[in-house]
Amino acid sequence: MSRAKATTTNGAAANGASRRRGRSASKTDNGPGVDALHALEKSELLSLYRQMYLIRRFEERSAEQYAYGKIGGFLHLYIGEEAVAVGAIKALSPADHLVTHYRDHGYALAIGADPGPVMAELFGKETGTTKGRGGSMHLTHVERHFWGGYAIVAGHLPIATGIGLALQYQEQDAVCMCIFGDGATNAGAFHEALNMAAIWKLPVIFLCENNLYAMGTAHQYISAVPSMATKALAYDMKAETVDGQDVLAMYEAARRAVEWCKAGNGPYFLEAMTYRFRGHSMADPETYRDKDEVEQYRSRDPITAYQEQLIEAGVADKAVFEQIDREVEEQLEAAIFFADASPFPDPSTIYDYVYAEPIWETIARNGASEDSEGPRG
Amino acid sequence: MPDKLLIEAIREGLFQEMAADERVIVLGEDVGKRGGVFRVTDGLLDRFGEARVIDTPLAESSIVGVAIGAAINGMLPVAEIQFLDFIHPAMDQIMNEAAKLRYRSNGDFECPIVIRAPYGGGVHGALYHSQSIEALFTHIPGLKVVAPIDPYDAKGMLRSAIHDPDPVLFLEHKRAYRALRSEVPDAPYEVPLGKARTLREGNDLTIVAWGWYLQEALAAADEFMAEQQATIEVIDPRSLRPLDSDAILASVMKTGKLLIVHEANKFGGLGGEISAIVAEDAFAYLDGPIMRIAGPEVPAMPYSPPLEQAFLHDKHDIRAAIERLAAY
Repeated sequence: MSRAKATTTNGAAANGASRRRGRSASKTDNGPGVDALHALEKSELLSLYRQMYLIRRFEERSAEQYAYGKIGGFLHLYIGEEAVAVGAIKALSPADHLVTHYRDHGYALAIGADPGPVMAELFGKETGTTKGRGGSMHLTHVERHFWGGYAIVAGHLPIATGIGLALQYQEQDAVCMCIFGDGATNAGAFHEALNMAAIWKLPVIFLCENNLYAMGTAHQYISAVPSMATKALAYDMKAETVDGQDVLAMYEAARRAVEWCKAGNGPYFLEAMTYRFRGHSMADPETYRDKDEVEQYRSRDPITAYQEQLIEAGVADKAVFEQIDREVEEQLEAAIFFADASPFPDPSTIYDYVYAEPIWETIARNGASEDSEGPRG
Repeated sequence: MPDKLLIEAIREGLFQEMAADERVIVLGEDVGKRGGVFRVTDGLLDRFGEARVIDTPLAESSIVGVAIGAAINGMLPVAEIQFLDFIHPAMDQIMNEAAKLRYRSNGDFECPIVIRAPYGGGVHGALYHSQSIEALFTHIPGLKVVAPIDPYDAKGMLRSAIHDPDPVLFLEHKRAYRALRSEVPDAPYEVPLGKARTLREGNDLTIVAWGWYLQEALAAADEFMAEQQATIEVIDPRSLRPLDSDAILASVMKTGKLLIVHEANKFGGLGGEISAIVAEDAFAYLDGPIMRIAGPEVPAMPYSPPLEQAFLHDKHDIRAAIERLAAY
């Protein structure tokens, strides 16, 4: 769906809804997202805010815990991109599936993972989402079919296509949503996965978070085209570009994608224009972008913009948001306490889950044979 | 029991597993209408339809990746890599995803895929159609690697592999497809993964060989035994990871001598790992050096017949090694 067409459709619907609900939406009367502003219940609208604020503060608290040495390794913060995950996940049902890139904290939280286990995973604790096996980049949520964050760029796209293949074969009324960055669109696996999803008409939503940089390299240096959505056109795939800093526009676009896929039309490509406010990871000197540019994007903060939108539309007043903010702070304080208080995994569990049945050879080869009483002891 | 070719045994196994379980699907290059480059999957499309026998683009990374995705979502995919030489683009999917899924999720996810691939030389396939690269894969914890050469083993191990909850790389020696036959029951049966098969029992020397070279090793051992008093134990590991180290160690503890024969080059080959296992755990039982017959240290199998022949070993080479080792 073209951007113009989407705007017209939503604008028309929104005007009707606006009169019915009596909400003012003067600023965005004709823009994407207005439909959702009027269609969603107040509690749902506030829930989107709460989730975005939770992610923002979760990330800020994570950075702080990283500085304290509670979190090690590589920590990729989602600050600035919250509206993409929250809007997209809002469009999913419990039967739907999700695979993401490694910048995955926002998705884990948006799909319903408790901040406690997520923080515990970052701490490497036994109570983490994978008991400390994966850490920051490899979160999961089994009940919601969140098959994980994947740290090989574009490596998870064929897996998403395969999940879609199974959904189609099993005739399930569900989609697989696959999240990746603009950097992934230049990799071979991206093109293979899109082609296969297109030729087999699989229910896969390819959601590209275009934050303009593949780690430390701006996309104009590494992508032949500036619009990632145009790459989907090579596979005759339905594609649209959406403002990823607008949570309601994001939700509407994702909902269109879900409906398209569930109607049996094949895959859908969504390019969400967004920006990460912080470095690629905690160890990023950010030599590749101007401070002015960062400031410019920060002035369009998706969370404050949404809060202003809801206040202006009369959904809630400042006091309501302050109350939500306080609750989120308490929730995160509890999450950090939980992570801190949780035990580390027992080192002996290193051998668990290599295969379905433990294979002694694996244990022996890991050097445990000396003092073990295994078959070769 | 009827005699069947290796290719017939594998095909029959695929038919029976697909007929028995709708979760089993086959995907790969030319596996449908063409029936596979070697015609292993011939007839599957007619019997099971396009939804279950899927002709894929020439994109190995995604053939394996799609199989992984389908598997974690409840299917039992059997992916075919047309030649093992073509598998390298899929290495990321195999090593980083398939082999890690159970581990990374602390047991929440599993990846019950089978990747079938013809391998091995001696068919004038040259640089990109001859490789024996099993050692690249046996190095990967979380992955299983099997290389049955006997048609009976192949059918039974294919069934085991398809129903195994972990990813299995299933290697089929292309030179053997239409050259080897054995008695294969019509009904489905399982041969367990991780168990070696002892083809000759003996007391004086152990040969561990797999793939096409097993035939050469058997011929060499039989000739030697016909002329000498000594007896040779010949073991086909069949499963390369997990490796039946117990069977190999027990045999070496009995015979005191070990000769390992494989088609892949020697340096970093699986023969080195088997040597190390024996050296670590049966050193005191050894009466001679562990010996290996393996491919030369060249990056590919050359095409020209004399060059290809120079790469390959046969029963005479193995016989000579037996003589040398027996003299200790």
